[in-house]
Amino acid sequence: MFQTVVMSLNEGFVKSLEIFALTLLGAIPLGLIMSFGSMSSFKPLSGFVRTVVWIFRGSPLMIQLLLIYYAPGMLGYNIWGTGSSGRFAAAMAAFILNYACYFSEIFRGGIESIPRGQKEAGQVLGMTGTQIFFKVTLLQVIKRIVPPMGNEIITLVKDTSLVRVISVYEVMWNGQAFIKSSGLIWPLFFTAVYYLAFNGLLTILFGWLEKKLDYFKV
Amino acid sequence: MALLEVTDLHKNFDQLQVLKGISFSLEKGQTLSIIGPSGGGKTTLLRCLNFLEMPSAGRIAINDDGGSHVLFDGSAGRELKAAQIRENRLHFGLVFQSFNLFPQYTALQNVSLAPRLRAKGKEDRKAQLRAIEEKSVELLRRVGLGDKLDYYPHQLSGGQQQRVAIARALALTPDVLFFDEPTSALDPELTGEVLNVIRQLARENMTMVVVTHEMGFAQAVSDQVLFIDGGVIVEQGPPEQVLGAPTEERTRQFLRGFGKG
Repeated sequence: MFQTVVMSLNEGFVKSLEIFALTLLGAIPLGLIMSFGSMSSFKPLSGFVRTVVWIFRGSPLMIQLLLIYYAPGMLGYNIWGTGSSGRFAAAMAAFILNYACYFSEIFRGGIESIPRGQKEAGQVLGMTGTQIFFKVTLLQVIKRIVPPMGNEIITLVKDTSLVRVISVYEVMWNGQAFIKSSGLIWPLFFTAVYYLAFNGLLTILFGWLEKKLDYFKV
Repeated sequence: MALLEVTDLHKNFDQLQVLKGISFSLEKGQTLSIIGPSGGGKTTLLRCLNFLEMPSAGRIAINDDGGSHVLFDGSAGRELKAAQIRENRLHFGLVFQSFNLFPQYTALQNVSLAPRLRAKGKEDRKAQLRAIEEKSVELLRRVGLGDKLDYYPHQLSGGQQQRVAIARALALTPDVLFFDEPTSALDPELTGEVLNVIRQLARENMTMVVVTHEMGFAQAVSDQVLFIDGGVIVEQGPPEQVLGAPTEERTRQFLRGFGKG
């Protein structure tokens, strides 16, 4: 029985990891673009971005999943189709948007925390704006945002369990299924081991990254 | 013709007039010191000359070996393009009060970064990079940091950091080097090493503009002193006159605060 449970949980956890990886892949670039939007001196743009951030950070991710999956159909636009791939796509849309909002605020804070003198030093040396961003600012920003990003990414690992509400079969769904099918409760509790192990790995990774960037001070 | 000619330079921030018509010229190889109370417009003047702020009106011109270049002309009525501003800045170097070294780069990398970026895409890039490396090492030796090439800024004292910043500003061989209160952020025992480097540059006939509160230094090193207050030049002339025997009451008042005059 143990083997059956582990096989099923493994399968579910692969789905969890897929959600995790795709969210990062989508939300990091989108968050960076949004952070530039929220820092724009063009008021309508920064106002729009900040409103979006407020909505996605201010309401539960679970509601966002439900709304993004069900609302289009209720309005007569069945964009997600019926199958499991549609549910998965809806889940990804909700996760990427939600996490891009959190990331954009971390990026904005990181970029704005770099002293203005750094940019000006680059400017008087005849560097272009792009050169200043990539050669001067970026690494300093990365160093500053490693701890808050670590927090957010570890939260993301656990948040993947929320996709259950629109029936995406991730590890916790599979664990819970054993209650009905075999009268077993321990597989559900056992899923925690998966989250713990993976987050342990991430903690080590972030610790390593922090150390790697320890050679300079900002 | 003077190397640097600044004519009737104005700068407003909305309603606030910070510079109300500054004119001066600087001969090649000379050192000009700018003194005056805080908020009088000294730093704004340096920032305008380096295009960190755009002047509101006036004219800035450089006459170097390559001929006469008008860097800014307020009466021309068109805005400078980003590329033009970058070209303009190459005539000048600026050393900041707070050093502003790039923390993730070593002393040597701080000095060589901008020249390396300019060599990008050039045909003889490899040879250029070698020359840049050699020149950067040479510059750091000149400021007495030949043994600190691979140190990161946080491993250096304030005085050493400021000397790296001077080497960095010299790396692009500017026509004029500006200093914005280069020792104000330093502990008193560290100001000497930075002032010595500036003195040495003066002896080597580097053209310099130094905003400073070090009156003894200004007296010793400058060919010309400007006293700026309220956005105008109150008094200008050789240091013996402006610092030694000022004719304006405002200058005398200011210098009394430093135990002089």
